[in-house]
Amino acid sequence: MNEPLIDCHAHFLHERCGRSDWQEVNAARFRAGEKIGVTCHVASILGTYGFMSPTYFPSPADVTLGNDAMLAMSKATSKGNEKIVRMMVTVNPNHTDHALAEIERCVKAGAIGVKLLASRRADDPLLDPICRLAAQHGLPVLHHIWQHRRREWPNQEISDGADLARLAARHPKVIFILAHIGGGGDYAHTFHALEESPNIYPDLSGSGVDRGMLDDAIKALGAQRLLWGSDVTMCTGLAKLRALETTGLLSADDLKDIRWRNAARIFRAGSFEGAA
Amino acid sequence: MIDVNALIGPYPFRQIPHPDADVLVRVLDREKIGRAWVGHLPSAFHRDPTAGNKELFAALTPHAERLKPVPAIRPDWPRWRQSLAEARDAGAVAIRAYPSQWQLGPHDAAMAELAVACGEARLPLVLTVRFEDLRQRHPLDVAGDLTAAAIRSLARAGEEVRLVVTAAGREMIEEIHWSLTPAEQARVLYDISWIWGPPEDHLAKLFQTVGSQRFVYGTQWPLRLTQNPRANLDLLPDELANAQLGDAEKF
Repeated sequence: MNEPLIDCHAHFLHERCGRSDWQEVNAARFRAGEKIGVTCHVASILGTYGFMSPTYFPSPADVTLGNDAMLAMSKATSKGNEKIVRMMVTVNPNHTDHALAEIERCVKAGAIGVKLLASRRADDPLLDPICRLAAQHGLPVLHHIWQHRRREWPNQEISDGADLARLAARHPKVIFILAHIGGGGDYAHTFHALEESPNIYPDLSGSGVDRGMLDDAIKALGAQRLLWGSDVTMCTGLAKLRALETTGLLSADDLKDIRWRNAARIFRAGSFEGAA
Repeated sequence: MIDVNALIGPYPFRQIPHPDADVLVRVLDREKIGRAWVGHLPSAFHRDPTAGNKELFAALTPHAERLKPVPAIRPDWPRWRQSLAEARDAGAVAIRAYPSQWQLGPHDAAMAELAVACGEARLPLVLTVRFEDLRQRHPLDVAGDLTAAAIRSLARAGEEVRLVVTAAGREMIEEIHWSLTPAEQARVLYDISWIWGPPEDHLAKLFQTVGSQRFVYGTQWPLRLTQNPRANLDLLPDELANAQLGDAEKF
């Protein structure tokens, strides 16, 4: 196997998401993943992606539907399979009992982390029971983030790095993955907001490919705090992977850390068996 | 390979590293790109682009074989036709215009006149849909994206018109392309700097529907990673791996 590459931020579709091309989109992720060299897709499904309830405010029924589909997909992949998928269990913290039950159910079935959307501000107390359960199971929490929120946006209760930093300070034993520094907003704000939050690891995913973003992330946080990911634009993921090699700021070991070793460290032991 | 969407000079709303001509040449070497059409980034935000054009020509002169000047012409500015002629005589390979930044609306007569005049001078008109993602813009950056309505209006302005639309996404490209007659469609090329690849495969779908010959290579350096369009092409489905891009130099 070549140098491992863990995509810490991936999504799949499913047959109940209202799109007739859902299988093609999933196949495209695997096709691109093979070309890029992804050895493990750490993925979640976000309810029905707006088909039956809003993507960022999924109903409990849709959460379960999506998690079931994600469980089936992760079970269909195993050691030795080129399409290795690991599951993040998606929950909506507005439905606390359901969220906690989903985490328990899916972790027993193999989920390795928790996915939080933009259903509730990151520093809201409703997230505390979820984080306590994540700590109990040793699950990283991937939180959808807008880089510097200056106002509300429709169909989401968006959070930024400062919001997540407050949650992370309340739960120092939980590792948080700050989603997609290239996913919209001002990433420069995020780097400052995370300076005193050692338990937050930003992922590099998102459609944004601003020159200077990677350099600033490395300088502000160091290679050992960054995770490679693609989210819904794998072309920008590949571009960043290639750009990391040209920053002049990273050693070969640093590159390995961003590609997979940081992920291997923050997820539970054995999470990437066969993939890294 | 030609990068039709490169710029030099600083950007008013954030720091960008080394936006200089000599650095651009090194980047072209690294990325194995032969030449670049180069504009002057600050001129998009200046009232009068004259001084910026002079800076552009001076900065590119030492790299004349690789970096081709694309000065800005503002059609609501006095003596713009003379500026256009001077730019052509000085070796411009295309002209840039920024109607959103200059607050020229989608049916502005001056913009249509500029598009026709550029066409008559055999100079493509390079349009920029956006410099940054809408979600990250500085509070003072209120120009907004260039609209499909503005672009199709220019494409319809005359038979001579040749447009290179940069930084457009799939939806906008489809709106423009399918709102034009076949003859008008042939007047427009699109760079691939802001089109997404897998898993949604926007670039692949556009190649299949609009045709790869309507697309050209563009990076939007120094604002965006130069590696991005190449990565996008590398991730095309196998059946499109040999798709040929359009040729901006023969446009």
